[in-house]
Amino acid sequence: MTSRPPAYSKFRDVQAELDLSGAAIFRDADGVESLIIRNPYSITYIHSYAEDSPFFLGLAEGRLRGSKCRKPKCGFVYGTPRSHCMVCGAPTEWIDLPTRGRVHSWTTCHFGSEAFLKETPYNLALVEFDRVGSLLLVRLKDCVESDLYVGMPVEARFDPNPKYSITDVWFVPAR
Amino acid sequence: MVTGGVTKFAKAHPAMDFRLMVKRAYDYALKGIPGLTADRIDGSRISYFSDHFSRQLKAASMVQDYLGLNPKGSVRIEWGGATGGECFQAAYEAVASGRMDVCLAAGYETMSRVPTWKGNEFIALASDTNFDFPLGGFYTGYYALMVVRHIYEYLRLGKFGHVTDEREAQRLAIAEGSRIMSKVSVKNHLNALHNPYAQYPKRLTVDDVLRSEMISYPLTREQICTMSDGAAVAVLCTEQRAKEFTDRPVRVTGVGCGTDTMRLADRPFGKVPLMPHEKAKDYEELRYPGVHSFRAGRAAGLEAYRMAGISNPNTELDFIELHDAYASSEIQTYEDLGLCKYGEGYDFVERGDPFLSGIDYGFPTPQAGAIPVNPSGGLIACGHPVGATGLMQGVFAFWQLQGTVPKHFGDPALQLDRPRRGAIHSHAGTGSSVTVSILERGFR
Ligand SMILES: [Zn+2]
Repeated sequence: MTSRPPAYSKFRDVQAELDLSGAAIFRDADGVESLIIRNPYSITYIHSYAEDSPFFLGLAEGRLRGSKCRKPKCGFVYGTPRSHCMVCGAPTEWIDLPTRGRVHSWTTCHFGSEAFLKETPYNLALVEFDRVGSLLLVRLKDCVESDLYVGMPVEARFDPNPKYSITDVWFVPAR
Repeated sequence: MVTGGVTKFAKAHPAMDFRLMVKRAYDYALKGIPGLTADRIDGSRISYFSDHFSRQLKAASMVQDYLGLNPKGSVRIEWGGATGGECFQAAYEAVASGRMDVCLAAGYETMSRVPTWKGNEFIALASDTNFDFPLGGFYTGYYALMVVRHIYEYLRLGKFGHVTDEREAQRLAIAEGSRIMSKVSVKNHLNALHNPYAQYPKRLTVDDVLRSEMISYPLTREQICTMSDGAAVAVLCTEQRAKEFTDRPVRVTGVGCGTDTMRLADRPFGKVPLMPHEKAKDYEELRYPGVHSFRAGRAAGLEAYRMAGISNPNTELDFIELHDAYASSEIQTYEDLGLCKYGEGYDFVERGDPFLSGIDYGFPTPQAGAIPVNPSGGLIACGHPVGATGLMQGVFAFWQLQGTVPKHFGDPALQLDRPRRGAIHSHAGTGSSVTVSILERGFR
């Protein structure tokens, strides 16, 4: 008994066959045959937010937290928190960020990674806050591409059913 | 550098796995030099970006093995999008340190083994997975954020500074920036018509580029490089060995590497590290790098130029192979590398400086030939098999300096007139690491 999977000269057809039966032969323009199989792979990580944990726990309580360098001479304020200061190396403390800011830059994604394709189109924005030295990357909702501009005032919204992800906060045009 | 080889970059090479692709490029390189056989090679540096793409860990060992180079020394190099450029410098360091007389730099990527949007996901995992990836993890989105701010800084506040309606001014600036970016895309695709190794050579108009599918506003499909399968190798050796192997060697006279924060949100707003030909007062108002410029590229350029004794790259380099993953980042990088001042990147394109003379791009390029950027077609047209890309640039630059482009491409159109010195530029992440290497003709 011999068994050969079906052969195709179009790679597209190979992919369709893999979804169907799990194996196919690709025959190229020179007649060279390659055996191609479907090889799935999935994994669930035990991911710790570790020193970033208070930020994500804060989102679940409707708090937007940044961090501030503890060294008085430095005192750098981070819009995306870090537990140690990148300017001077000192530890930082947690602070509450303003929930209102301005769009520093923006885009509308019409495609995305596989995991996010079904959510397209979505807006991304880097948000700047008064008296804060760095930015925060967020989704921008309740607005479309033609509404967006650099400098636009925006404010935070929080997911009442937190998923413990950065997506628990998003921004909308400020009222 | 004494020889190099590249496989044709393609959407998929199903009949070759990564070992055979590297072997093809390696055989091509060795074929060029009769005296250079495997026993003359002291060891290797092998680069690929992601274990995810082939689901084979320690794949560089399998390359070493397949080439028959065991038990010589070897190490795998990975540094995101700059993997190939970093591999080139690792081989340089192996020789410069005296550890090896002859070192092989080999790189590859097989990105066709996963669907395109899954591949985008793997690439996006090279962004902070706590704060950035879960928002939509998509590199084109990150580059769109950067170019929107670049356009704001330099076109909205520049050419369109007189427009009083803020939103109108920003729309006009983005339209202008997009039009100029499209010229870069036209250039690179058109140059590649004469490069048989390129994946996407084609003749396009500015309108074709603007009207191609919107991927992440304002970046369209034709302004973005694609995923590829491909391999490239370069052989580096001491000056003594180089003279034994060839009468047309190329000398590596400068290497530089720079870094920046992984997250765009963390980029500082400080002062510009100046090139010798710039003055502090040129940038009094500029908050740098923010998200509009690549401080890592500036740092890499400064280090490489200092080592090579270059004080004004615009006049002292004859060409650059530049990491144009996006048409936008090519323009941003002109400024980082000091080819023009910050803010002048769009004018630099409009004047035609980075275009080749003797090619009709369908619009005026009055200063064409001033400093050709990506004469090979760059990543946008050649493809971007990550671990091979920086080495591909090294090979194309090597052939330019040797004057052997007509022989290797089977077409003389892209050969520059006796170039003396060129640069290769390799770039990772959102600019989180960048390498610049300077190559010079090593013969009379
Ligand atoms: Zn500090």
